Amino acid sequence: MKLNKFVIGGLLILGAVVFLIANATKDASQYFMTVDELKAEGPAIVDKNLRVSGAVIGDTIQYDPSTLTLTFEVAHVPAEDAALKDEGGLAEALHQATIDPSRSRMTVVYVGVKPDLLRNEAQAIVTGSVGADGVFHAEELLLKCPTRYEEAVPDQAG
Amino acid sequence: MIANLGLGILLVTFIVTVYSAVTAAASNPKGLARLLRSLPSLRAKRFADELEKLETPQRAASMAESARRAMLLTFPLLTITSLLLIYLLVNDHYEVQFVYEVTSRSMPTYLKITAWWGGQAGSLLFWSWLMSAFASLVTLRKWDRDREFLPWVIFVSCVTLAFFVGMTAFFENPFRVFYQTETGVEAHFFQPANSTPFTPEDGRGLNPLLRHPGMIIHPPLLYLGFVSYVIPFAFAIAALITGRTDDRWIRLTRRWSLWAWLFLTFGLVLGGRWAYDVLGWGGYWGWDPVEIAAFMPWLTGTAFLHSVMIQEKRGMLKHWNMLLIILTYDLVIFGTFLTRSGVLSSVHAFAQSAIGPLFFIYIAITLIVSVALVIYRWGELKSETEMNSLLSREALFLFNNLLFMSILVVCFWGVIYPLTSELFTGSKVTVGPAFYERANGPLFAGLMFLMGIAPLSAWGHSTVKTLGRAMWLPTVAAVLVTIAIFVTYTHNVYALIGFFLVAFVILITLYEYWRGSRARMKIHSENIFTAFWNLTARDRRRYGGYIVHISMMLMAIGILGIELFQMETQGTLEVGQQKSIGGYDVVYKDIARFTGPDGREVTRAVLSIYRGQEYLGDLHPRIDYYWDSQQSMTIPGQRATMKDDLYILLVNWEPAAATGATFKIYVNPLVNWLWMGSLLFLIGIIIAAWPDKDPERIAVRAGRRARQASAAD
Repeated sequence: MKLNKFVIGGLLILGAVVFLIANATKDASQYFMTVDELKAEGPAIVDKNLRVSGAVIGDTIQYDPSTLTLTFEVAHVPAEDAALKDEGGLAEALHQATIDPSRSRMTVVYVGVKPDLLRNEAQAIVTGSVGADGVFHAEELLLKCPTRYEEAVPDQAG
Repeated sequence: MIANLGLGILLVTFIVTVYSAVTAAASNPKGLARLLRSLPSLRAKRFADELEKLETPQRAASMAESARRAMLLTFPLLTITSLLLIYLLVNDHYEVQFVYEVTSRSMPTYLKITAWWGGQAGSLLFWSWLMSAFASLVTLRKWDRDREFLPWVIFVSCVTLAFFVGMTAFFENPFRVFYQTETGVEAHFFQPANSTPFTPEDGRGLNPLLRHPGMIIHPPLLYLGFVSYVIPFAFAIAALITGRTDDRWIRLTRRWSLWAWLFLTFGLVLGGRWAYDVLGWGGYWGWDPVEIAAFMPWLTGTAFLHSVMIQEKRGMLKHWNMLLIILTYDLVIFGTFLTRSGVLSSVHAFAQSAIGPLFFIYIAITLIVSVALVIYRWGELKSETEMNSLLSREALFLFNNLLFMSILVVCFWGVIYPLTSELFTGSKVTVGPAFYERANGPLFAGLMFLMGIAPLSAWGHSTVKTLGRAMWLPTVAAVLVTIAIFVTYTHNVYALIGFFLVAFVILITLYEYWRGSRARMKIHSENIFTAFWNLTARDRRRYGGYIVHISMMLMAIGILGIELFQMETQGTLEVGQQKSIGGYDVVYKDIARFTGPDGREVTRAVLSIYRGQEYLGDLHPRIDYYWDSQQSMTIPGQRATMKDDLYILLVNWEPAAATGATFKIYVNPLVNWLWMGSLLFLIGIIIAAWPDKDPERIAVRAGRRARQASAAD
């Protein structure tokens, strides 16, 4: 009897935690995709919660400070480490992605502050959803510039 | 030269730590023999017999002493290594790769020193240095009555130390030097053939985001917390190996775990403050994997802090405490690894390296060996009493532990979910902050409720009736407070539940204080202040703990405020224009661009703040652009009050265009309570952890004096 009430109490907590995790996972999941995968999904992916990573094309960055609307294009970069390594590391892969016109591209619209790191060949990780028009509406925009903090050897002097 | 010297000393340190660990283990052949016997192998049993023959008291003592001395040697050795590294950092020795990576000529000297832990190699060295300092501190204590623990404490400390020193020496060495070879510039320990030394003109400089006072203290504090947890773990393992499985190891390390908890908590809060001041997104905590990595040992550490009390008072949960401290230790290593390896991309991902697999192997080995030891001693760790009542204090502490573990599971799930979902479904799925908030919210509420009722419950047995009698008054008061908040401030249900729990805990805790003081006033006829003072001084652990509870509630007020009531607006203003938010009127006055002392380009705006007609002062949000790293930092202008923070970011300004400047303005209600709460937390924990005179030593001394007196008779 004594044991029972502790077992029941413990099971109740366990059940509550499982429920909380399952519920929160269902509601807050984001699918991590590359630009290629997203294009392949087509209309099936519209309005799903997504997280997409791509290389920023510097020439396409447009910012309207009066409405805080930021528009830019990202080009496909592979997500797997192995594929990245084949292309010579993240920095090189990002560089290739921006100069290769055959890569699939996606337009991103973000309303908010223009991040300091947004520039050509940066890796953009955008969170949001794709509209029916194929434009990605980002709620969150993360940027990484790998070149700077990865290359540990300085350029050769003159 | 100096780099080579540093490398040499580092290698010597590694050998010394390995020697110390081996000697410490060998000084106790009986313990080893007993462990070997439990293995199901004949050869192990024969070897155990041989080992036991070796044991003589003199031999064991001299070996333990040798191990202790070797261990004491690591601290000066690592201090010299660190000083050499600091010398290189401060004096612009850019031929050293580490110096090149984390400093530049324009950085002020204090930043060059703190660059020590600004990069991966240096911070591993810093970790080792702290570890050797703490291990040395432990051996300063009087060991007379705990002689059997000593070798094993040294053993565990030195194994940990050897792992980190080895990692620094062989994989992430800060003393690699650049050489120009035929194929290009490479970093090596020694000059390769056909190469010339190479010295870059200037270094790359520390990441601008890390050049902030908060970033200077935040990592050392976190590391202090991390490293302090190794000591209770070392004692736990010592207890398991020697079979001295009473609560001695807990009593000896109670203060260590309190200080560890203090540093860890304060490190986390300072990290939040840094994010708030520097990252420029209006928040302080983003459920970033790296933040969670530091938060997870905090969760197990906090659970441990509570559950050891049950073992001390009631002799229960012995297995659980062992498992908790083992888990904490491995989460500490895991946390160091996550912050240092860059496996998960996040704000902190400036560190990328190949040391990941080694960390995982080390974590796996220590976890398996430690848990195996617990299983080996399972029978001896039986509870001395049984748990009877659901509302007894031990039961409530148990539920508290379950809730902390649940939060840990939520956090762990969130961190590994992307990896597991990719493994099983093929598509990579992540969960954002919403996941953690939703899943953890009710669990935190449950913890707060327990924090309210647990201090009122009795050890052994409590009923609804006894609890109800003790808490009805504060409960009614808390309901009244909640009604007042409902009428004047908000109708948000979550906020009301939160504020009710905050009021509930604070009022019950104060009520406990008042009841205690009143009892003293009656019995000892003291006035209220003396009674209050003496009450706290008599049972500092309990009343210091209550202050910590109150401080946590103050922090909860801040968190509720900013999470539920944050307001934001953004817009482009021309000089003279204004924007209103949350009762504030913000007028854009002026903007200027100039060059700062260390070469950064500063764009600084001036905004005047009004509430109605009343002028409240100017704020200066700015953007600092660092040419050397081509990176900019957005520093908010802040006006902090207990009611709310006005937090303004300068988003954009083009000198050529006539479009004005763009701002993002936040009103963060109550967030200051978070920082105030952390200061009260500091006071509470210092009260609880301040060393008192060791009662046992006083007893020993008194006994000696008595003996001397009787001898004189």
